[in-house]
Amino acid sequence: MSYPEDFRYTKQHEWVRAEGDIGTVGITDHAQKELGDIVYVDLPKVGAHVDQGKSLGSVESVKAVSDIYSPISGEVIEVNETLAQSPEKLNAEPHGGAWLVKIRMSAPDDAKKLLSAADYQAYIGAEG
Amino acid sequence: MEQSASLRRTPLHRVHVSMGAKMVDFGGWDMPVQYSSLVEEHHAVRQAVGLFDVSHMGEIEIRGKESLRLVEYVTTNAAAKLHVGQAQYSGLLYEHGGFVDDILVHKVSDDHFFLCVNASNQEKDFDHIVTVNRFDAQVDLASDRYAQIAIQGPFALRTLQKLTPVDLAPIAYYWFADGTVSGAPARIARTGYTGEDGFEVYVPPADAPRIWTELIEAGREFGIKPCGLGARNTLRLEAKMALYGHEIHASITPYEAELDWIVKLDKGDFIGRSALAKQKQQGIRRKLAGFEMRGRGIGRDGYEVRLDGAPAGWVTSGSPAPSLNKNIGLCYLPVDQARAGRKIEVMVRNQPVEAETVGTPFYKRAKAA
Repeated sequence: MSYPEDFRYTKQHEWVRAEGDIGTVGITDHAQKELGDIVYVDLPKVGAHVDQGKSLGSVESVKAVSDIYSPISGEVIEVNETLAQSPEKLNAEPHGGAWLVKIRMSAPDDAKKLLSAADYQAYIGAEG
Repeated sequence: MEQSASLRRTPLHRVHVSMGAKMVDFGGWDMPVQYSSLVEEHHAVRQAVGLFDVSHMGEIEIRGKESLRLVEYVTTNAAAKLHVGQAQYSGLLYEHGGFVDDILVHKVSDDHFFLCVNASNQEKDFDHIVTVNRFDAQVDLASDRYAQIAIQGPFALRTLQKLTPVDLAPIAYYWFADGTVSGAPARIARTGYTGEDGFEVYVPPADAPRIWTELIEAGREFGIKPCGLGARNTLRLEAKMALYGHEIHASITPYEAELDWIVKLDKGDFIGRSALAKQKQQGIRRKLAGFEMRGRGIGRDGYEVRLDGAPAGWVTSGSPAPSLNKNIGLCYLPVDQARAGRKIEVMVRNQPVEAETVGTPFYKRAKAA
């Protein structure tokens, strides 16, 4: 699976796509592969405030639970409700339909400091 | 993942890496946790056949005129009842009745017993047995001489049969035969840790990669899958087989773990016997119980269990059960509360989630006609 050029990535394997002051957040293909079969996704409620680098929620696979860390700070304005019913979607389309939340960024420049697609792929290449 | 130079590797390590398995540190061993999908591997074992590298497991050989006396003294089950070619599940205990390990005892001959022990316990087990050995018996830590491959599932027999002249059908559950697999000397045991029919074969390490490849080929027509330790865990949990470090450890006795059947108090003296006899007389206070989650969440190892709002026990293992479409687990509870049908709460990340105790095993295969 390819890593879109217009995403920014974290070393904790989340991605964000910024459009104006709205950031769409997800986990990377590498992350879903590491987790394996995903069975639960816990996300914040609309209106919640999240901080960059702090827990945004969690994903649970057959094997274990993992925290998701927010790549950006701001207010949650939309949550992908389909994941509650179909968490396995995260294994199938982590960079597309299985986005997690949309956040109105309090500091849109935050996203720019994250890894580029090339840097992220170099990072996971070195890691795994 | 960072490769630690200190992780131990099995003779099949290179095969796993080349097949794209995801490797993890498992008790100091660099082992495959999954190849493709844990759930697909799980279903392959229930419906077809799966292949596991379990070469990390340890082997201890006990030989000599009084080998039976030593085995009887260090284990809880009645090794004296074993026939040549038969195996049994047993416990290795401390004097206080807690587990050193759970093991398989194979009787090779009247003066030769072959023990299969847990990977991360092998040195401890060996030291334990050697320390108490006051018999005419030699104890040998033989793990380096064996690779172990488990072939598990309804098509295990037909897969393995292609590679061995040993007639497998007459080997009964928990019996074994010595022969060859792919031309290499092999101990072929009808044992397993999945709740399915199957075999565990002990072969020379140098032959293991070739045998693994030939087994994959032999099982292809049945839909064989190489399986990781992730599927091994969900399979054994559905079958309610204990895992050392979870259901059993140094502070748990066989009675608490519902393993009464491996304790033979009347067989003569053995290490842990007096503690167990006393516990049997006084009664246990906590007991292993199965549970199913009723609320949304999975009770994982170490999570607190509450009864009517008060802390009362802990989860030893918990996972989605791929064959049951439920979230299941095992936990310790006060003995008078461990009956099936008790409403409990499992603390999942600081939130109480409803669950209920149930009878076990969670999964039992239909016996072949």
